[in-house]
Amino acid sequence: MSVVSDWSPLWISLRVTIVATAFAALVGVAIAYALAKMRSRWASVIEAVITVPIVLPPTVLGYYLLTLLGSRGPIGRAWESAFGAPIVFTVTGATIAATVSALPFVVRTSRAAIRQVDPRLEEAARICGLSEPAVALRVTLRVASRGILAGVALGFARALGDFGVTVMVAGNIPGRSQTLPVAVYDAVQAGDDGAARTGSLVLAAIALVVLMLLAQLQVRRAR
Amino acid sequence: MTELRVSITARVPRFTVSATFRALPGVTALVGPSGSGKSLTLAAITGVRRPSEGTVSLGDETWVDVERSVFVSTQHRRVAAVTQFPALLAHLSPVANVRMALDGREHRHDRAMQWLERVGAAHLATSETSTLSGGEEQRVALARALARQPRVLVLDEPFSALDRDSRVVLRSLVREVVEEYAIPTVLVTHDVADVAALADDVVLYEPGRSVRQERVQRGDVRSVFAFLGGAAGG
Repeated sequence: MSVVSDWSPLWISLRVTIVATAFAALVGVAIAYALAKMRSRWASVIEAVITVPIVLPPTVLGYYLLTLLGSRGPIGRAWESAFGAPIVFTVTGATIAATVSALPFVVRTSRAAIRQVDPRLEEAARICGLSEPAVALRVTLRVASRGILAGVALGFARALGDFGVTVMVAGNIPGRSQTLPVAVYDAVQAGDDGAARTGSLVLAAIALVVLMLLAQLQVRRAR
Repeated sequence: MTELRVSITARVPRFTVSATFRALPGVTALVGPSGSGKSLTLAAITGVRRPSEGTVSLGDETWVDVERSVFVSTQHRRVAAVTQFPALLAHLSPVANVRMALDGREHRHDRAMQWLERVGAAHLATSETSTLSGGEEQRVALARALARQPRVLVLDEPFSALDRDSRVVLRSLVREVVEEYAIPTVLVTHDVADVAALADDVVLYEPGRSVRQERVQRGDVRSVFAFLGGAAGG
């Protein structure tokens, strides 16, 4: 028997992390933009609610998600009647867990970056005739892109590394919903040192490579 | 002739300005002590701020009429501005910054280049924007403003961050283009030399309001001083 016979946790982890990071980036930047431009007092309340996943113990967050997404939860029931299958204990469940974990990092970092953008640049763009969406995309978000990328990188790291939320929502079903961090835990429990080592090494390598790529991108943006 | 007419009250927290004047093609200088509301008046002209009362109109086109809830957005006014802060986008080259202000899709690069040439900055077209000097930045900012083909030009201390030589050069450049395109131009400055060199009309401000407007003899420093002399501490 080879040391590692089953690579499915890696593929599941990659798929979950990429989709979750993309979702969190898209939704997170939109929320961050809205929050940064909001003048209402409610902005900080909304941000606090979105930030909760950072401070909650992952298992607690997982528990809440489970009650929402489970067969008896409001979202879970609607999903089941629409698609005929549950969300929990699936890759979809793992992806939702990772997205919710990653989102606050994207929102917080991006909002701070967007607020840093000099409003005079936006005014100048309007005076140049740029429509409001063009001002947002080509000026505000572009100028804030370094900070936004940093937020996405944090979100990616969080999504890739999540253990607690994923275990609660997606369980630990090898080949179906078992992500790499969960597989590492499993291997340690089973005394399979080789698999634990390989899994950890692969995770560390992915995290390192992606963070380096993002840093590279940031340097280029800075110029 | 197309005339810009301003009669507004604009408020920001703890400050209100009331201003009334007319600007014909040529340069109308707003002068007065710092904090008298000149820049706030300009913001009402560009549409960056909504006045709380009054009207702004260009020719027979109304941009702002608070009573009748008329407010034309900045984008639709076709006003251009050059301020002390050049507001160039550092991630774009100078020529790309100018291109941003162009209408239409045809020959954008060539047209942007023509504007850069017009202000003597064609050699900077593809430089790194963040490495430009203050004077170079203001030339590019002026090219971008002109590329918009503005119907009103607003200048807020455009030369104040520049050294003496760039100041003199840019001043005469502004005068040239204002005359060439016959644009009503509103200039805010603290420099009497700017007023003397550029202004056809001077509007005097006191803190919180414009007090009077007078036509002056351009280039005649004494007539400017005579006018300003009417204000304590001019």
